[in-house]
Amino acid sequence: MKYSIFSLARNALTYHEQWPRAWRSPEPRSEYDVIIIGGGGHGLAAAYYLAKNHGVANVAVIEKGWLGGGNTGRNTTIVRSNYYLEPNAHFYEHSLKLWEGLSADLNFNVMYSPRGVVNLAHSYADLDAYARRGNAMRLNGIDAELLTRDEVAAMVPLLDCSPTARYPITGGLLQRRGGVARHDAVAWGYARGADARGVDIIQQCEVTGLQRDGNRISAVQTTRGTIRAKKIGLAVAGHSGHVAAMAGFRLPIETHVLQALVSEPLKPVLDTVITSGAVHFYISQSDKGELVMGGDIDGYNSYGQRSNLPAIEHSVQSMIALFPSFSRLRMMRTWGGVMDMSMDGSPIIGKSPLDNLYLDCGWCYGGFKATPASGWCFAHTIANDAPHELNAAFTLDRYALGRTIDEKGGGPYPWVH
Amino acid sequence: MMLIRCPHCGPRDATEFTYGGDANVRRPADPAALNDAQWAAYVYMRDNPRGEHSELWQHSFGCRRWITVRRNTYTHDIKSTGLPE
Repeated sequence: MKYSIFSLARNALTYHEQWPRAWRSPEPRSEYDVIIIGGGGHGLAAAYYLAKNHGVANVAVIEKGWLGGGNTGRNTTIVRSNYYLEPNAHFYEHSLKLWEGLSADLNFNVMYSPRGVVNLAHSYADLDAYARRGNAMRLNGIDAELLTRDEVAAMVPLLDCSPTARYPITGGLLQRRGGVARHDAVAWGYARGADARGVDIIQQCEVTGLQRDGNRISAVQTTRGTIRAKKIGLAVAGHSGHVAAMAGFRLPIETHVLQALVSEPLKPVLDTVITSGAVHFYISQSDKGELVMGGDIDGYNSYGQRSNLPAIEHSVQSMIALFPSFSRLRMMRTWGGVMDMSMDGSPIIGKSPLDNLYLDCGWCYGGFKATPASGWCFAHTIANDAPHELNAAFTLDRYALGRTIDEKGGGPYPWVH
Repeated sequence: MMLIRCPHCGPRDATEFTYGGDANVRRPADPAALNDAQWAAYVYMRDNPRGEHSELWQHSFGCRRWITVRRNTYTHDIKSTGLPE
């Protein structure tokens, strides 16, 4: 069913009790052309674009829990393409362009809200670095504006821009087309679109093993039986290393926990996304009025999808230093998600050491904004057995070839990216 | 929250420590003898287990010495701590 003002009116007549399910819940078949492991945004988007762009609809998405219950439902919904390096700039800009038309494409409101993303500069060196990044973005056709301290102060009145602030503000870099989107809706919209094109979405189906046949994976063993597949896509960021171990190879990835928290809801006070690289903090206000915030990863290997106090304390301290008027807010919820921290801070979308297994992993904490382009490029890679030019640089072998894509220049220490 | 038992200082809050990564990564004895893939395996590839993991930590806000920690990456339970070889 197409969602529209007419379907809304029609269903109002039956008190909204007759809406059909947005997707089926089929039993797994014995074989598929493609199995995507992982029913988060990336896996569902890959299935959607496989069916839509490449006519490959004999596809199953298998998910150990429920759709979007991993990092898709745990992120802080920020969407942007303010990258310096060429491969990142083109890839994330393609993603942002897909975001701009996504609600119409999926016939599902993903609530993309281009409210702007501001990176705060706290020193003149910061400002120089942002001028350089902004210029690189504009040369790549991406919008960027360098803001003075007064422009930042006018745009974000509650921000402490005084000369005596704990973190003095010297300006900022603004991407107006950046903003936020509704994370659950992205998973649901892609799931509905993929299902309508014939993709089987199978939840509560955990992968327990991969059946190796020479240099191929012939079947996926799951808690709901063994399923054969011609091609297999891995989109399980956070657990990529864990599943790769089942296939018998290692990845340049460590898994780390990243936390976030939300305050009690309040009236509109912050109409843009504020981030500070120097303070390691970012904050935005959700449509429900909660302030959504977070900081860095905890910095040690962890698969524990839960929060703990030191990181929360850091986030709250940072919030109060930047926004003194938020000091009496109560925090409502905290949580943690586990990230694939890759060795250069950039993702891997491409072929694995095995012939018919494809990788979509290493998203660090930038996976949400990449969802549309990730699915788009991953589908292309699986369908053609070769990458699209947008993800051609994001190969697994770039580490051995010395072609790492290290936006921060951090080196092979995943916990600094 | 984790309490790490430093072999020199006793049990201390994890925030006193700096993480140093997988303790099983050993620098090859003769780097010049390796090909690019072997060198990349040393620099970049990790086991990244969900479960027990041997790792290095530095007691930065204590004795400043490096220690090894055997820790479960899922439960965060620490099985043992010791001195690096």
